[in-house]
Amino acid sequence: MSIATRSLPRTIGAHAILLTYTVIALFPVVLVIMNSFKSRAGIFGAPLTPPTPKTFDLIGYTTVIGQGDFFHYFQNSLVVTVGSLFFVLLFGAMAAFALSEYRFRGNTLMGLYLALGIMIPIRLATVAILQLMVASGLVNTLTALILVYTAQGLPLAVFILSEFMKQVSDDLKNAGRIDGLSEYTIFFRLVVPLVRPSMATVAVFTMIPIWNDLWFPLILAPSEETKTVTLGAQLFLGQFVTNWNAILAALSLAILPVLVLYVIFSRQLIRGITSGAVK
Amino acid sequence: MGSLKIENVKKAFGPVEVLKGIDLEVTDGEFVVFVGPSGCGKSTLLRVIAGLEDSTSGRVLIDGEDVSATPPAKRGIAMVFQTYALYPHLTVKNNMGLGLKQANTPPAEIDRRIGVASAMLSLEPYLERRPAELSGGQRQRVAIGRAVVREPKLFLFDEPLSNLDAALRVNTRLEIAQLHRRLKATMIYVTHDQVEAMTLADKIVVLNAGRIEQIGGPMELYNSPANEFVAGFIGSPKMNFIDGARLGETARTIGVRPEHLTVDPKSGAWKGTVVHAEHLGADTNLYLDCEKAGLITVRIFGVYDAEAGATLYATPDPAKTYRFGADGKTIG
Repeated sequence: MSIATRSLPRTIGAHAILLTYTVIALFPVVLVIMNSFKSRAGIFGAPLTPPTPKTFDLIGYTTVIGQGDFFHYFQNSLVVTVGSLFFVLLFGAMAAFALSEYRFRGNTLMGLYLALGIMIPIRLATVAILQLMVASGLVNTLTALILVYTAQGLPLAVFILSEFMKQVSDDLKNAGRIDGLSEYTIFFRLVVPLVRPSMATVAVFTMIPIWNDLWFPLILAPSEETKTVTLGAQLFLGQFVTNWNAILAALSLAILPVLVLYVIFSRQLIRGITSGAVK
Repeated sequence: MGSLKIENVKKAFGPVEVLKGIDLEVTDGEFVVFVGPSGCGKSTLLRVIAGLEDSTSGRVLIDGEDVSATPPAKRGIAMVFQTYALYPHLTVKNNMGLGLKQANTPPAEIDRRIGVASAMLSLEPYLERRPAELSGGQRQRVAIGRAVVREPKLFLFDEPLSNLDAALRVNTRLEIAQLHRRLKATMIYVTHDQVEAMTLADKIVVLNAGRIEQIGGPMELYNSPANEFVAGFIGSPKMNFIDGARLGETARTIGVRPEHLTVDPKSGAWKGTVVHAEHLGADTNLYLDCEKAGLITVRIFGVYDAEAGATLYATPDPAKTYRFGADGKTIG
């Protein structure tokens, strides 16, 4: 396969391109983390240099931890992300199972309807969602955010998972039916473990936009009690003065939890991307 | 006990009719094989019997009881699948015991039955392993074991040997035959391989395009096929079909099995050129391009020296020549 075409210039070329891309992709992240450890003068004096003993300063982190209830914001973000993720995966997988497993009238139509959400951005409906939340008294609750994010994540989840569920052997499900397993047991015990890699893929795709979202927390849950990290970081953005140290520190900290979740899922993810490539 | 009766079963997937009215009776202890080309409906019929598919119309009776509305687990059946379909997260022992556990069988009884089945199929060393740690042949034995422990009225086999390699296929075929002799249970077996059908069956059901072409014992089908399709499907190499008009016959098609032809280098009925010769040791298959009969296959027992390009005369055995009418049916 690739062995035959491997040559030194080719390898160097490929690595050069990939390394350049990696540097470009990581540059903003590195810049944020680097500058978060610098003093205000350091940030503005030489934004592109790493912190030196002269410019090194933890003022950003002490501000973030000292001022504002940042631990609480983190907790809110985690609750919203994990909660939405749980519902997206649960309902998404169940809908995907129904679409891929059962023949019923309007099956294809239902699949298309559920996939429609991929094409239409949920933000178009912001006003309607806000009215809905006001009417149901859910403004300034984490429930509102979880509901919206679940709706936002479901279309892609259903779309991806139903493709994968079609690949699960019919014989296996039928063997379960003959052994007297209920449809729920077949779903949870036989099918879900087999599509776990694809569920991890969906989890990552769903999780990152939720964690990073500013729009819905700002509109639906801006109260002190329900602020998420991204919204909390806005605290340091002033009309006239912006506390860059604190913002950069807050953003650096915000990367951590999502990184942890990503590492958890990515071990499954790689298998998900390559599954089916080799029998 | 385990008799089965199928009355006018039809099955359609949307506008596509897969089963076009099947009537069949299977008596207790019989080994019945459904055979036919891909897409003939044999697997669908098995699924209807198992309850995994609902029939569009018609009735399925197991032991005289209409089970059309009974879920698969309550029909008293067990099924062995082509892809083994073992539960990947369970050990061999739990794979075999799951169905009984679901039916609230006492644990002691489950253990006893697993013991009997695993001894029968020499699975004892593997009881604590997971399916991923077994070879293909072992997996299929576990799948058979899972069927055996249920002590079903009906065993259903859905092309169980198709995923095994040739040597293992013969071994497992033998094991299934022995299993049937020992358990004396009713077994229904689906395959597209006529050799499996001939070697295992008490009764063969030949299906084609959703209809039963013929039902009968292996030798009955071999010696007196009802029509051209059955004649062509049973027997290997395939029967030679020759246009009747070319031979000056009234029948539309003349059929001769390759083993019912003799060859001679000097004289015979049909003069032809050897196109290709397959030397198998026990027998030799010759492909002859005949002036009168077209391309035919001749099977000669033992070794026969013939090179491509040589001229040979083939002569059919008149007592074993079949005539088929315009509708494909055998003319007596």
